[in-house]
Amino acid sequence: MKFALKVLPKPEVLDTQGRAVQSTLQSHGFDLSECHVGKYIVLEVNASNPAEGEKMATAMAEKGLYNPLIENYQLEKL
Amino acid sequence: MSRVGVLRFPGTNCDRDIWKSIELKGHTPQWIWYQDEFSPEDFDAFLVPGGFSYGDYLRSGALAALSPAMTSLKKADAQGKPIFGICNGFQILCEAGMLPGALMRNENGRFIDQWVTLKLENKSGWTPAKVGESFRMPMAHADGRFFINEEGLKDLKDKGQVWLTYTNNPNGSVADIAGVMNERGNVVGMMPHPDRALFEWMGSTDGLQFFDWTGEA
Repeated sequence: MKFALKVLPKPEVLDTQGRAVQSTLQSHGFDLSECHVGKYIVLEVNASNPAEGEKMATAMAEKGLYNPLIENYQLEKL
Repeated sequence: MSRVGVLRFPGTNCDRDIWKSIELKGHTPQWIWYQDEFSPEDFDAFLVPGGFSYGDYLRSGALAALSPAMTSLKKADAQGKPIFGICNGFQILCEAGMLPGALMRNENGRFIDQWVTLKLENKSGWTPAKVGESFRMPMAHADGRFFINEEGLKDLKDKGQVWLTYTNNPNGSVADIAGVMNERGNVVGMMPHPDRALFEWMGSTDGLQFFDWTGEA
């Protein structure tokens, strides 16, 4: 059973990667006012049902796949 | 003479520098392998050296923070043992939740390797230096921008947990912070390298006194 974690820097935190990508895109003439770079983590969990799987994936996220001080995450079932 | 545990993770690269620093002060260093749990009682103090544990994968220090040796280090913290993290060691202690805040990519996006001047803001047991004293030593990191939210910063200041500040903030750290301590004062961390300022030929001996702990905050 596959789950994915989408991890992004919190809006109030300076996202140096996003800033660099945005400025490069702008230098190529693209019109954008924001860009954020995060992580996409795919987990294949050994669960017997989706509810259990979601619980397991959440526990993995909370264990340290994201840092709550500087990042937000969203969990999705694939 | 104290027995000092030096933690080693895959990718640690300042372990020998730390070993030497401890020996120079007449203490006895002992390696602690990241996969081993240990008895805090066997040591008087602990050092977490710099490097690039786990190649900085996920976030600097994040994977090292989850290793078995860190489980034991948290027990040592609970007993009030002195613990000092330098550079990647600081990142690991923050990721482990043993120190407040997080270390993020430098504001200018670059790896910065240069000499910095630090000022002692609050006393910790890791150096006999007095508040207001300054030190010169190298810094060398990409992920050293100390971040904490406004509420957290106020808390740090109120409780006297800001340990060291840069006189010329090189990396965009919140409130010029180069090093912090926990509330109890037994756990401290800093981004610059006292272990690279031990002899005159290195350019400064200011780092020596950071290995002069008394164990008292």
